Amino acid sequence: MLIFERGAPGRVNAPQMPRPPAPPGDIPPALLRRAPPALPEVSELQVVRHYTRLSQRNFAIDTHFYPLGSCTMKYNPRAAHVAALLPGFANRHPLAPESTGQGLLACLFELQEMLKDVTGMRAVSLTPMAGAQGEFAGVAMIRAYHVARNDLERDEILIPKAAHGTNPATAAMCGYRVREIDVRADGDIDLAALDAAIGPKTAGLMLTNPSTLGVFDRHIEDIAQRVHAAGGLLYYDGANLNAILGQVKPGDMGFDVVHLNLHKTFATPHGGGGPGAGPVGVGERLLPFLPVPMVGESGGRYYWITEKTRPQSIGRLSAFAGNVGVLLRAYVYARLVGREGMARIAQYAALNANYLLGRLSRLGFEPAYPGRRAAHEFLLTLKGLKEDTGVTALDVAKRLLDKGYHAPTIYFPLMVPECLLIEPTETESRDEIDGFVAAMAEVLAEAKTTPELLKSAPHTLPVCRVDEVRAARELDLAWRAHPTKA
Amino acid sequence: MPFIPHTAAETAAMLEAIGARSVDELFDEIPARLRSGPLAGVPEALTEHEIGRLMRERAAADGEFLTFVGAGAYEHHIPAAVWEIAGRGEFYTAYTPYQAEASQGTLQLLYEFQTMIAGLVGLDCANASLYDGASALAEAVLMAVRLHGRSRRVLIPETVHPLYRKVVQTIVSAQSITIDLVPMNAAGTTDAGGLARGLEGAAGLVIPQPNFLGCLEDVHAMTASARRAGALAIGLVNPVACALLAPPGEWGPGCDIAVGEGQPLGAPLSSGGPYFGFMACRREHVRQMPGRIVGRTVDVAGQEAYTLTLQAREQHIRRSRATSNICTNQGLLVTAATVHMALLGPEGLRRVAAASHANTAALRARLEAIPGVRAAFPDTPFFHEVVLRLPVPVPEVLRALEAQGILGGCALGEFYPALTDSLLVCATETKTETDIAHYAHHLERIVSKRRLDPPCAYKDDNPRSP
Ligand SMILES: Cc1ncc(COP(=O)(O)O)c(C=O)c1O
Repeated sequence: MLIFERGAPGRVNAPQMPRPPAPPGDIPPALLRRAPPALPEVSELQVVRHYTRLSQRNFAIDTHFYPLGSCTMKYNPRAAHVAALLPGFANRHPLAPESTGQGLLACLFELQEMLKDVTGMRAVSLTPMAGAQGEFAGVAMIRAYHVARNDLERDEILIPKAAHGTNPATAAMCGYRVREIDVRADGDIDLAALDAAIGPKTAGLMLTNPSTLGVFDRHIEDIAQRVHAAGGLLYYDGANLNAILGQVKPGDMGFDVVHLNLHKTFATPHGGGGPGAGPVGVGERLLPFLPVPMVGESGGRYYWITEKTRPQSIGRLSAFAGNVGVLLRAYVYARLVGREGMARIAQYAALNANYLLGRLSRLGFEPAYPGRRAAHEFLLTLKGLKEDTGVTALDVAKRLLDKGYHAPTIYFPLMVPECLLIEPTETESRDEIDGFVAAMAEVLAEAKTTPELLKSAPHTLPVCRVDEVRAARELDLAWRAHPTKA
Repeated sequence: MPFIPHTAAETAAMLEAIGARSVDELFDEIPARLRSGPLAGVPEALTEHEIGRLMRERAAADGEFLTFVGAGAYEHHIPAAVWEIAGRGEFYTAYTPYQAEASQGTLQLLYEFQTMIAGLVGLDCANASLYDGASALAEAVLMAVRLHGRSRRVLIPETVHPLYRKVVQTIVSAQSITIDLVPMNAAGTTDAGGLARGLEGAAGLVIPQPNFLGCLEDVHAMTASARRAGALAIGLVNPVACALLAPPGEWGPGCDIAVGEGQPLGAPLSSGGPYFGFMACRREHVRQMPGRIVGRTVDVAGQEAYTLTLQAREQHIRRSRATSNICTNQGLLVTAATVHMALLGPEGLRRVAAASHANTAALRARLEAIPGVRAAFPDTPFFHEVVLRLPVPVPEVLRALEAQGILGGCALGEFYPALTDSLLVCATETKTETDIAHYAHHLERIVSKRRLDPPCAYKDDNPRSP
């Protein structure tokens, strides 16, 4: 039942709203609204009960193991949430003067410094509001760099086939044509294909390493050298930084620019689809182009760095300073984890991933890149299983939900047929992982004996398999949508 | 170990199962010379108590002020239930609802949110959020250019938030789109002559209501002009104002797209974010809308169910030909906004809007009574912000007010050279008569003292704003 269907005309929550104000007699009637908006008219208890019940129809990290590859669904510490909502932070207006924000700015400055270190970059801007906006900032800086050098022929960005969809979409938003590069059977980039594509039109290469195939590209220095030799720059999609935190730095691999997903690596919540934060870090060449604002420090005072002192900046990406509350959460997380803890994250993410890969392989699941180490995640292909039983990756995913496990990422990367991308993260215990292995074993057995059980899964959730085709064909996007005059 | 549950015995057993001697061996595909040493730039770990204390000290140092600043972020009462619900782990720690059957809670909530936003702005459908109001405006500009198909020029009035204009410039400039500024008239609204001249051959027109200066634009005429010129009309609105003012869908012949900043619907000010951008449009435009969209459908047993839909617009399917690169958006803020709107309902939201208007009118009357202080646009109707001209330098006034615990408004000189002597002030429903009297008392004191006792030179040494 929808919240709208629970309402009754005239029901109000008086304590939550102001007392009835004087009518706005000075506003011309033509500019006033004629009929009230169709919002629900429900009591506070009805609201609380409705949304509490809805929440119970979700899987979340707090309720389920959530091995969603490329998404780093690790525990989100509550101390970070509590700190970000302290009144001094939560009630501060974005245009309040710097003098009233020294505590906040200290946190942001220190976060910039920590991110510089873990990425091996010269400077960091925290302002992008998610990974994709970080990518936008990065590619826009690459563009600004070439333009500043009057090197105007470069109109292509190279992107491996396995890349996340935001990479090509970002390149296009920055006005570039995308050239896709093949990946070899062992998961590394095809250097011959790279050589064939690279040239005077190359503005840069966008790369995730470890890639979204879950393996570390062993030729990264070679790749960097080739891109630089052709006059291009190297972009690091840091959505997978959890895999290498404290082990190897993108700057040392030769990257010129990186974005991080703090809502992955730095344990800020995903909130059912955000908010995120996608800081960008750059090396020497891109320093002048960083997006503003950033935080500077001088003599123990913190201040905003704006376009006034950064005339070559690509500019602003949000009205104010980005998702500050997310940055505060990431800051608290980083301080709780500390220097050694930071390096342990990648170690235990890798331990869990390799342990799980080993156990699933022994059960008979087929790794997409056998013989390779898993990074913090790994890819299985169910191509063989589908040929034998007709069961697809989608069916396996849905059946796992019945067993109380959130499904891994499916059908991404698109180039590997019937794939499952599995990322356990470092915050899961061995017992939890063993439980998942047992569930996968059951699903595999069922696929062979009772495939219909998988094809019609899930069976135990609030709804059975959802008809997505109908959703797209018979669009219903709003309850009794407000009619418009055509 | 922080947030890592493994005991030494478990680690050893797992390594044995893998067949590795050490955790380090798991990184043996990384060229050894690239491996990094200790992270010198990251301090030693703190305990939860220690970081809690540090954060409390820093938050307390930032203080609490009586805020009369608006300029794109507004202090409203947020009912206690809003963040109690939004903070529930089942919402707080879920991912984007890709697995529909395991995400019906978030999906139904998003469908309700889309319905509420569509109703509020008077259009057919809304998406599940964009990053913030400014980036949502940039996406609307891109959408209008796609829909128009022939022109890559969009008009934005000078009365649109100056920081929004900067963001639009950053985001659309690489796609060879031209943004033409429509000048402002003496009434603080968009100049009709300038608009008429600019509209010919334009793909779209942005129409702010209220505009950045708090003034109400002649939205019916502007929308009609856009329609006549074949340009898409993009309404840029405050969602709270929509409960009181005519919504974009009812302006003249009706807007095509509406966008805005969702912060006034349950998001704390939080120094600028996280907030959320919202976007709504006419049904025939929905396939060019960026961002997540939730649809209602059925499951195989015929029960009502919800799912992400029209995904062929998005980056994970369409890649370089997607409507936008946006992926993660602002889900948690949307959760809060949905609960917020449900709690307030149509009457509550209208009261918040009307009370904010009434308080701002009262504030303006009190401040205008101070000798030398006058409204910059005295005859223009306003929503919940007004521009005041001051007889003494604005930065100096703001500093003196700050010393009294008052954030007195947004100085306009940086954005509008002609308004260097002006302050944009806002009094939402959170301000009482006493607050307003307190502000008026101090402003009067500061203004009269400064008139009697002028300094020899004035220097702005207090940079503000991010
Ligand atoms: C590899 C990769 N790159 C980029 C992104 C985009 O990040 P965001 O969703 O924060 O925009 C993601 C996650 O969704 C990702 O997994």
